[in-house]
Amino acid sequence: MKTTTTITRRTAMAGAAATLVAPAVVKAQGQTLKIGSLLPRSGFFAQAGQSMHRGVLAAPELLGQLGYRVEIVHIDTESNADVARTQAERAINDGCHVLTGAFDSGHTLAIAQVTEQRQVPFVVNVAAAPQITEQGYKFLVRNFQTGGQLVTNGLRLIRDVMEAKSIKFEKAVFLHANDTFGTAQRNAMDAIWPRVGLPIQLVEKIAYDPRAQDLSVEVTKIRSINPDLVMCVTRASDAIKMVRDMVRQRFQPKAIISPGSPGFYDEEFYQALGPLADFVLFGLPWANPKSNMTQAFEKAFVKANPNNRFAVDSFNAGFAFEGMLIAADAFKRAGTTNGPQLMEAVKATNLPEHVMIGGPITFDAKGQNPNIGSALVQNLRRVPTVVLPKDVAVAEPVLPFPAWQGRS
Amino acid sequence: MLWSLYANVLVQGVLTGLVYGLMALGLSVIFGVVRVVNFAHGEFAVVGMYAAFVLFRSFGIDPFLSMLPIAAAFFVIGYGLQRTLINPFVSRPEHEQFILLVGLAIIMVNGTLMIFGPDARSANLPYSFDSWEIGAIIVDKVRVYAAIAALAVAALLFAFFRFTATGVAIRACADNLVGAAVVGLDVKKLYALTFGLGLACVGAAGALMVTLTDATPMIAPAFTLLAFTIVIIGGMGSMTGAIVGGLLIGIAEALASVLIAPSMKTMASFGLLVLVLALRPQGLLGRRA
Repeated sequence: MKTTTTITRRTAMAGAAATLVAPAVVKAQGQTLKIGSLLPRSGFFAQAGQSMHRGVLAAPELLGQLGYRVEIVHIDTESNADVARTQAERAINDGCHVLTGAFDSGHTLAIAQVTEQRQVPFVVNVAAAPQITEQGYKFLVRNFQTGGQLVTNGLRLIRDVMEAKSIKFEKAVFLHANDTFGTAQRNAMDAIWPRVGLPIQLVEKIAYDPRAQDLSVEVTKIRSINPDLVMCVTRASDAIKMVRDMVRQRFQPKAIISPGSPGFYDEEFYQALGPLADFVLFGLPWANPKSNMTQAFEKAFVKANPNNRFAVDSFNAGFAFEGMLIAADAFKRAGTTNGPQLMEAVKATNLPEHVMIGGPITFDAKGQNPNIGSALVQNLRRVPTVVLPKDVAVAEPVLPFPAWQGRS
Repeated sequence: MLWSLYANVLVQGVLTGLVYGLMALGLSVIFGVVRVVNFAHGEFAVVGMYAAFVLFRSFGIDPFLSMLPIAAAFFVIGYGLQRTLINPFVSRPEHEQFILLVGLAIIMVNGTLMIFGPDARSANLPYSFDSWEIGAIIVDKVRVYAAIAALAVAALLFAFFRFTATGVAIRACADNLVGAAVVGLDVKKLYALTFGLGLACVGAAGALMVTLTDATPMIAPAFTLLAFTIVIIGGMGSMTGAIVGGLLIGIAEALASVLIAPSMKTMASFGLLVLVLALRPQGLLGRRA
């Protein structure tokens, strides 16, 4: 069989283009992607920042096994938006090709202004404020749910667990921190609660100062209403204060459920409360315990952080890892560290195999991953355990709560 | 039911306010005599919390007992700190004192962060979650114990200043520094003793605080601000004023939580501060300069 090759003007152009691009690809193959990981490792958000940092520490091992070459620059944003902005500038000046971060929405928006100006891709790993993907940033993608999605999915999971356990809640109180995240969640709750039509009377919404020394007065107020369901949006230290004051004031609801917030799955929560930390529920995006990549990531995590439990860090660490994975995969496909070209590859991401619950990691026109799922997680024997949805659950939900007294 | 809500809240406010008062007492004592504002006050309180946490976790010593050795250790630290670091700054401009103590505060916050990490640490006493039910009022055991201990420490300090020769000498320094020096009092030593006593109060307050709330490095600036608010309301340099200020803040915050909104309780304490500054700038029990 004879093959005839005809050189047309189009093939000549393609050949020329390939010749031009080839050195870039060859160069990229020998090159390592330099990722700047911006996290609040000190200051007010230090606890969560450190938890995410542990995921970042575990990332190179697994990414290496998957054939990706990355160099990670660890940067502390000190829980300060101004520092986040300055450090983003510095990271880019120091040669970072991609930035990931930044846990807090305010910090994320500050970094986004820099990456947009410098045309460097920014992969948001945790930050829920809706406006992050609504302001037309071209060099930003977000692999996290928006505040509205968190609340919608959280409320849907409350309905699911009520059906699964045939349990009814008559009255509910919504308690939330009055910081940026808590207020955004309150606004989302105001908008979404009437639409979801849960058969529960939402009696009162109580905002509290997360820096308060205790929540005794707030709990006294809740106790006077006597709801059977307490929904809350907390951070770790105030979640401890809330449960502690509930126990001291002998207030026993049927359930405490967070429709999408941190606080109940942090190591300090388990350490401070022991068996009293059990049975609280939270609806959040969570690491898929049945995914192969999650299991591989857990091994890498334990190796990098022998003193920490993966189950407790899996939310923060999982998203931190996925941010790295998205960047590394885009670099492999793009074959270049050139910002605009790398960003095109980031936007074209399609990763069916990953760590967190949900469909493939892809991004819509606004840079939002629409496929992130939520799970209902319950603390059982001081381990956050997926109890819904059924396809990823590893245990049955326990409701109503066993009494505070007599737990061991 | 409404009266029981207010009664519960009021009781909590009084009990918390007494511990706040003890914490602010150290700041007031130091300023009243040495005339140096300790901008690392909250940081020392947090170190006291961690000390109580470590003694409880490692040796099982109840913070209500460990507050005694912690106060003693803080006294020694305070004495040494004043003699070596603070004393050269006593006669220097306030902004230089400010820089020195803020620098010290930053070192302490980051030191505790490096040693203990950012997680909240608490002393889980066997009775941490116990409470008494008196009619419709529920009172936390630890809050009552902490308030009693705060009152006891404050009473001891008052007795020291009123009934001991050293206490009277320190008060003489506070009243008339030149006069005290002229009659032959060792002012430098008395300043160091005062700084030591101030820090002993903070150390004891820190040990008590760890029974009520969790220790994290980042709560230190909030403690400093709280102590300042209390001392300004009560009157700079007035020991009774510090206790009264603490009580007022505790009650105001508790009532504001119910009457306005829980998230507004900090606003209540600052509102009270503005009111006092406007009507009585020297503080409720302070003396006009």
